[in-house]
Amino acid sequence: MDKFTVLTGIAAPLPEENIDTDKIIPARFLKTTRRSGLGEHAFDSMRYLPDGSENPDFVLNQEPYRKSEILITLDNLGCGSSREHAPWALLDFGIRCVIAPSFADIFHNNCFKNGILPIVLPRTVCEELMEDARMGGNARITIDLPRQVVVRPDGSEVPFDVDPLRKHLLLEGLDDIGQTLQHEQSIETFEKRRAQAQPWIPGIVLD
Amino acid sequence: MAPRTLFDKIWDSHVVETLPDRTAILYIDRHLLHEVTSPQAFEGLRLSGRRLRHPEATIAVVDHNVPTSDRTLPIAEADSRNQIETLERNVKEFGVPYFPLLSARQGIVHVVGPEQGISLPGMTIVCGDSHTSTHGALGALAFGIGTSEVEHVMATQTILQKPAKNMKVVVEGQVGPGVTAKDIMLAIIGHIGTAGGTGHVIEFAGSAIRDLDMAGRMTVCNMSIEAGARAGLVAPDETTFEYVRGRPFAPKGEAFDEAVAYWKTLAADEGAHYDRVVELRAEDITPVLTWGTSPETVISVTGNVPDPAAEADPSRRAQMQRMLDYMGLEAGQKIAGTPVDVVFIGSCTNSRIEDLRAAAVIASGRKVADGVRAMIVPGSGIVKAQAEEEGLDKIFLDAGFEWREAGCSMCLGMNPDRLTPGQRCAATSNRNFEGRQGPGGRTHLLSPAMAAAAAVTGCLTDVRELI
Repeated sequence: MDKFTVLTGIAAPLPEENIDTDKIIPARFLKTTRRSGLGEHAFDSMRYLPDGSENPDFVLNQEPYRKSEILITLDNLGCGSSREHAPWALLDFGIRCVIAPSFADIFHNNCFKNGILPIVLPRTVCEELMEDARMGGNARITIDLPRQVVVRPDGSEVPFDVDPLRKHLLLEGLDDIGQTLQHEQSIETFEKRRAQAQPWIPGIVLD
Repeated sequence: MAPRTLFDKIWDSHVVETLPDRTAILYIDRHLLHEVTSPQAFEGLRLSGRRLRHPEATIAVVDHNVPTSDRTLPIAEADSRNQIETLERNVKEFGVPYFPLLSARQGIVHVVGPEQGISLPGMTIVCGDSHTSTHGALGALAFGIGTSEVEHVMATQTILQKPAKNMKVVVEGQVGPGVTAKDIMLAIIGHIGTAGGTGHVIEFAGSAIRDLDMAGRMTVCNMSIEAGARAGLVAPDETTFEYVRGRPFAPKGEAFDEAVAYWKTLAADEGAHYDRVVELRAEDITPVLTWGTSPETVISVTGNVPDPAAEADPSRRAQMQRMLDYMGLEAGQKIAGTPVDVVFIGSCTNSRIEDLRAAAVIASGRKVADGVRAMIVPGSGIVKAQAEEEGLDKIFLDAGFEWREAGCSMCLGMNPDRLTPGQRCAATSNRNFEGRQGPGGRTHLLSPAMAAAAAVTGCLTDVRELI
């Protein structure tokens, strides 16, 4: 996983609520056995017209937003399915940071697991940032994770919260399996204790 | 100790260790795998030289991609076939129990788990699928996870998570005729919205929930995710114990009695704290359906499609208009009487034997309307066999329904069962998102009885007119 420290880039405004994971990546593209390559289908139904050509009205088809690294939306981003293909598609497109007034839980979690920083900011602030983003190529927005601030094009700063453990993993680019396995002794102790307390939990053994 | 909720008790009993920032290493009792969200996780294990910590706490099925037509034929879609074959290679290499496509036990993972007694009360259950919340009907803490977490559970049998907040949804009273578990849950989602449960685990309580059979409770918990909740729960009671008794992988004999004694301790303590409580009256709930492309767009079947002009917020107003355009509906029109092209009865929400019986009551002695394609897709091979034993297949076939093999089918357009652009579908599934059932497809979520009513009348219909 790539580290996330300070990101300066173009932000795309997508002023919609309840952007679901089917919209981020429709189910028919989930038949892959890889993590990469989903970027061309990110937001497929919004991005392409029925004949397969690009929809010129969709923000990610417009300059300079084709190179967006930040996406700003309205409430409940990523609702619906648990598919991690949604953050994989965003990442493959080039998005490293998503900003919204609220996120669906599983999507929020899946972002962190893939080096994408999800930032929760009040709706009014998101709307202001979208105004900044509409200035296009002249409006670079900086996400400074170590200092936990969004730096707007005019230099003013908006602070944001992030879970300390998740911040640490993002800054270091660490996956959390290795981290959990450092607690293997505790897991073993738990398993022994539970086998005694609840011996009736059966293992699944097929005949 | 302070009084605790059902969620608190299951959570506390599974915390291996709490990290300094309150993140828990939470022990996982059951890990359910399917072909779509597992390949990248197995690949991760392979790359890091890791194994599954407890293959015997894991079960794999194929459901999302599988065709629901003749199973003896090869799978036509190459990428679907590849995903299924990849799972088959992986379960072999890593020693994971697996119900293959041609097994009678194959089916939708959230139907198979409870049916086999693999999912039990008091357990923690995860799966790389958001509708894992279904298993909460047993009084288990069950939630969907992403593929990175699938790999984490494979390697460590744990997950990293912070405790959720407690929410209680109470439905007191008795529902009227034609009102089912699906109507109750859609009414709840319509009431609290698709983000209403975000950050919370919802415990469903009240007499209308207690009165539901296990299939009904599964329908309710299944759609907790559509209310944004991490999981849904119903406290285990005699209905639960009787359901679990005798299931193939459930404890037997003395072990079962011991388990029941423990499960009885799980109900919330008197005075336990809930961060949010929502109350609905069962008598106020009518047969309902959705009109838009979000599961919260719920209206009574006797109602009219709402008018965006009445919405004050401009972005919401624009979104409502887009939904109407997508759905091919006019503001203010009566929803009943809208013609449908397809009827889909199935999915992890409504494909259990009780759901099929409810649909059969309406289908019996009637005919599917001209020009309507109506499909029945049982949730598992076991459900299918049971229905055939009861003669339900004959009722459906005589009425002109298709009687298909078990799988996710038209819930999500990953297999050959798909809507074509513009087709309108009455569906017992859980999501009506744009393109969910196939690009351009228009979905109305409703109960199995309401779906059957739409099939025989050819339009969205108040099922109470047919009972």
